[in-house]
Amino acid sequence: MNNLLVADSVSKNFGKFKALNQVSIGVPMGSIFGLLGPNGAGKTTLIRIINQITMPDEGHVYLDGQSLKPEHIKDIGYLPEERGLYKSMKVGEQALYLAQLKGMSKSEAKSRLKYWFEKLEIGDWWNKKIQELSKGQAQKIQFIVTVLHRPKLLIFDEPFSGFDPINANLIKDEILKLRDEGATVIFSTHRMESVEELCDHIALLHKSNKILDGKLNDIKRNFKTNTFEIGLQSSKSESVLSEIKNSFEVLPATFKNLNDDIKLNIKINESTSPNDLLSFLTSKAEVHHFVEVIPTANDIFIQTVQNN
Amino acid sequence: MIALIALVSYLSQINSDKKRTISVLDETGYLIDIFESTDNTTYLKLTGLNLDDAKEIVKEKEDYGLLHIGNVTSLDDVGKNIKFYSEESPSLTIISGLERKVEKRLQEMKLQKDGVSLEQIDASKTSIDIAQESFDGEKSSKIDNIIKLAFGGIAGYLLFMFIIIYGNMIMRSVIEEKTSRIIEVIISSVKPIQLMMGKIIGTSLAGVTQFAIWVILGGVMLTIVSAIFGIDMAQVNTPQQEIVNQAMSAQGSDEVQAMAENIITAINNLPIGNLVVAFIFFFIGGYLLYSSLYAAIGAAVDNETDTQQFMLPILMPLILAVYVGVFTVIEDPHGTVSTVFSFIPLTSPVVMLMRIPFGVPLWQQGLSLLLLIGTFIFAVWFAAKIYRVGILMYGKKATYKELFKWLKY
Repeated sequence: MNNLLVADSVSKNFGKFKALNQVSIGVPMGSIFGLLGPNGAGKTTLIRIINQITMPDEGHVYLDGQSLKPEHIKDIGYLPEERGLYKSMKVGEQALYLAQLKGMSKSEAKSRLKYWFEKLEIGDWWNKKIQELSKGQAQKIQFIVTVLHRPKLLIFDEPFSGFDPINANLIKDEILKLRDEGATVIFSTHRMESVEELCDHIALLHKSNKILDGKLNDIKRNFKTNTFEIGLQSSKSESVLSEIKNSFEVLPATFKNLNDDIKLNIKINESTSPNDLLSFLTSKAEVHHFVEVIPTANDIFIQTVQNN
Repeated sequence: MIALIALVSYLSQINSDKKRTISVLDETGYLIDIFESTDNTTYLKLTGLNLDDAKEIVKEKEDYGLLHIGNVTSLDDVGKNIKFYSEESPSLTIISGLERKVEKRLQEMKLQKDGVSLEQIDASKTSIDIAQESFDGEKSSKIDNIIKLAFGGIAGYLLFMFIIIYGNMIMRSVIEEKTSRIIEVIISSVKPIQLMMGKIIGTSLAGVTQFAIWVILGGVMLTIVSAIFGIDMAQVNTPQQEIVNQAMSAQGSDEVQAMAENIITAINNLPIGNLVVAFIFFFIGGYLLYSSLYAAIGAAVDNETDTQQFMLPILMPLILAVYVGVFTVIEDPHGTVSTVFSFIPLTSPVVMLMRIPFGVPLWQQGLSLLLLIGTFIFAVWFAAKIYRVGILMYGKKATYKELFKWLKY
């Protein structure tokens, strides 16, 4: 798979503080790439290096095979975590200005802007000043400004912060649509649910090092423990329980459902297939709930960080 | 702005209409007639009263004051026996005026005692105006110095004001971009130094435009307003003006004519071309130097209150330059102090501009300009480094030590 962006052994120091230590990532073309990590891990520093806001002390960054150059700014759209716009400037005027900074012609920017305004149904905001808008509204404008010039690479740092569930959903759909139209997205967040929903690939940074990366599904497969979440109903619950315990490794489980089931987490070994477990259980009781425990991104995050 | 100037002129006009009454108690009897009432000051001559009664009366009447001249045997003792009583401290011009009247009279009386008549005294008065000419044959006059100082002073002062006003604007704009957080979006599209220089140049152009508008509009409106309100600037009647008028009339109208001619010659003598060109270059150099420092300060702090600690080091050289300009340059425009300060890059724009009307060799101007340009390039480099780091740095207390670290980032 072709990588749109490659960071090769990038290091960055601020005085004595090492912000990035030989970090290498490859962002495949047309993917949504999650850049994760605890606070202070170095995500924002890496993002700023990609945006050419700071220069790396070691290592290189390549965009579409070429070394990162000033011309590439028109190919990148950046929504920073701490965001804001000129307060007393009008929305339309400001969006046009920022689009032109990214190399768009004024007429093209205008028509694209109108398209987006109609799409998000905010047509009458053109002449309002930013300070007249609510925070969520201003964030919408900022989102538009980021994607307006149709860049190849989009970088979103906590894009959903500040949005209510409906608008957050709106933005999420737009991100997916942009990906479908051919953009590549780097997406930095702490909200693991959004990582589940959106990301194909992830990289996890911790204390200036990369400690995990790869396809999300592959990583999950590596982390899974062959555990199944079981919900059973039986009139002879105690004997059923002891029988199960004799054959399998059992842990108590808590999950929400409507019935008053026996709830268990059962771990099987490699030689046992899920069907074996299922037939064993169906012979003993009524099975109401049978789900493989797949590690969530959240779990992976916590586990990996704690192990490092 | 115009309204303000009109208001001030109007108010000073009202002020000057105030009449003052000064009572004079002259126990000698021979000084009383020198006090002639004028439009602004009425002299009340008191006779037959003792000092304490006079003081009572004057105080009650709420006159401006009481001039008491005690009875003395010899003219030389008058000085020890003359006193002005008043409710509040009298103005300098009033006291000086009174002193001059008394001195003149006493001098006349002393001479008369020695047998010199009043006519002889008047005839002896000569006023000398030494004609000035340079070795190359250029004529000048005393007015020259005043005109030179005025031009240089205006140029220097203009630059000083411009730097402070527009430098501040730049600083505040940098801080606004930091607080609104738009800076990160902008910086992902342009290099920090492009943003910084754009800000500096843009603000300066705005400033130049504003000044030009003021000058043109101000001149036009002032003439119109003067006509409307009948405020004739040349004839404002204040006590100060009275003294000037008296001095001038003593010289005779020919003298006034000569003075006007001198003023015109003096202006013609100014190296106008040099002044204009130098003004432009030093203005640009000085402004760029200071505004890059202002931009750096804006980038180093998170809000306007934190800028205070940096303002003083910036303002000090400027204020120093104005002081050196006003006090040293008029006396000794080519002396050591003036020359040295016209080369030091932080003070040179102001001081050199004040020196130029007095004629500064081109090589000196060139050298000073070169130093200024060199320093301004260094200042821009230095400020750009601070700017680049500071615009994305929040929460760090901006101490000099911290800033030094940033230079190495």
